[in-house]
Amino acid sequence: MLESFFTRAILAGVGVALVTGPLGSFIVWRRMAYFGDTMAHSAILGVALALFFSISPIIGVFAIAVVVALILAFLQRRGTLSADSLLGLLSHSALALGLVLVSLMPNVRIDLMGLLFGDILAVSAVDLIVIYGGGAVVLAALAWLWRPMLAGTVSEEIAQAEGLNPERTRLVFMVLLAGLIAIAMKILGVMLITAMLIIPATAARRLARTPEQMALYAALGGVAAVLAGLWASLHFDTPSGPSIVVAALGVFTLTSLLPMGGKGPST
Amino acid sequence: MENSKPSLRDEIVRVAGAGVHRDGRWLVRGVDMSIARGEIVTLIGPNGSGKSTTVKIALGIVPADEGEVWRARGLRVGYVPQKVAMDRSLPMTVSRLLALTGRRSRSEIAATLASVGIAHLAGAQIHSLSGGEFQRALIARAIIGRPDLLVLDEPVQGVDFSGEVALYDLIGRIRDDTGCGVLLISHDLHVVMARTDTVICLNGHVCCSGTPEAVSLTSEYAALFGPRGAETLAIYRHDHDHAHLPDGTVRDAAGRLHFDHHAHGPHCGHEHGEKHQDA
Repeated sequence: MLESFFTRAILAGVGVALVTGPLGSFIVWRRMAYFGDTMAHSAILGVALALFFSISPIIGVFAIAVVVALILAFLQRRGTLSADSLLGLLSHSALALGLVLVSLMPNVRIDLMGLLFGDILAVSAVDLIVIYGGGAVVLAALAWLWRPMLAGTVSEEIAQAEGLNPERTRLVFMVLLAGLIAIAMKILGVMLITAMLIIPATAARRLARTPEQMALYAALGGVAAVLAGLWASLHFDTPSGPSIVVAALGVFTLTSLLPMGGKGPST
Repeated sequence: MENSKPSLRDEIVRVAGAGVHRDGRWLVRGVDMSIARGEIVTLIGPNGSGKSTTVKIALGIVPADEGEVWRARGLRVGYVPQKVAMDRSLPMTVSRLLALTGRRSRSEIAATLASVGIAHLAGAQIHSLSGGEFQRALIARAIIGRPDLLVLDEPVQGVDFSGEVALYDLIGRIRDDTGCGVLLISHDLHVVMARTDTVICLNGHVCCSGTPEAVSLTSEYAALFGPRGAETLAIYRHDHDHAHLPDGTVRDAAGRLHFDHHAHGPHCGHEHGEKHQDA
């Protein structure tokens, strides 16, 4: 089965969607969409540096994403610029810097479109191992830290007062996000990772009554989007990454038509 | 209330000479405070006097830039902050909120919700609650873990008057039942003072502190709250069998309304403004 590039693509997409659902729910709850986008954009710089130092791109992307997040946290603490200005500055600088660096390396030929929009049809068996191994680690950490992370999302003050150390969980969350970006970049590309974080989670919002339900529905919605998107991509010969995002938009539109989960009769 | 105080102070939080400096000025400075098990400590003071900051220093949410803060090891805290701004994208039932910082059984949740009077809202979405209902849910969340220290920053905001009295009664009852210490911020001098062991009056620093009677007689208290403040305090301090409604009416234990603000039943043989024996 793994021989077929299409089967590998489906497995890779499903693996990524299972992680982006719960992680993306936190991104939505904490209003960190642009933050996630900034970390994803910095991945280009990570790839360029990895090529330069001849290390694995996954490690380069992960490291740079963490560094960008730390720089952001530092600049935010100085407090002279608003968060969205800082994010815009870092996001596009990292992207541009990465593209310039890549062009300066004459011996390196790089699939720029693949970097930006993903190349899910080129997924190898090794990539699958990375996705499922890394994804399992991210999900396990998320499950382990679920309660303190959720408490910190509702109120950092409550979490702090009641001994749940929100600062540490925020840091871990950032590392998990960097890890996801590193493993998902090849599938979705730096421009579309945020879409799979945000869209399935917002689609799940209307159906969910608890945070846990929303995370689960977001994962399922993401899987549905991957299956539908890949099918459409094969059928209509459209680019696979964007097709998956369009399918996710379809899922969102469908759930928007349903009544709000929260308004239902209390159980 | 003298008899409800612990004879031997079992201190759980101590703040000594604490201050917080932000953007070139001291938010509070020279704060001394101590909370013992079974004690209700109330912080009062005008807006911007540093009440919330003082609470956050005591809880370790805001580090003190000077002075010392000590908390008993393994202290279980239940905290109701002044503001909780939950994003609307976060679905959350009242029951789920009660399990926010720890695993809770279904029966624990039901009993706690019943004690704050919102048992019927267990399955309701947080975002559909009124201000008063949300406040009760937050209080339920704070008390469900049987904390050693219960901290409430203006716990009755958005709660109507009868609910307010009921909530302060509940806080007193929790203290009596569990023996926890309570740190309270309040604007409602009259209602809260009657249920307080120690009052700390803040205005950037500790103006005065002590029992409600002692504090109400100080010139610092009079300067901050005026003679009306002292008067309200005395009125509410002396009698627990009737309630003063916001329009000045008095509702007695039998539910009868007295429209003359200072009218008392014939059983109430004392002069106004005088300290009264607690029953």
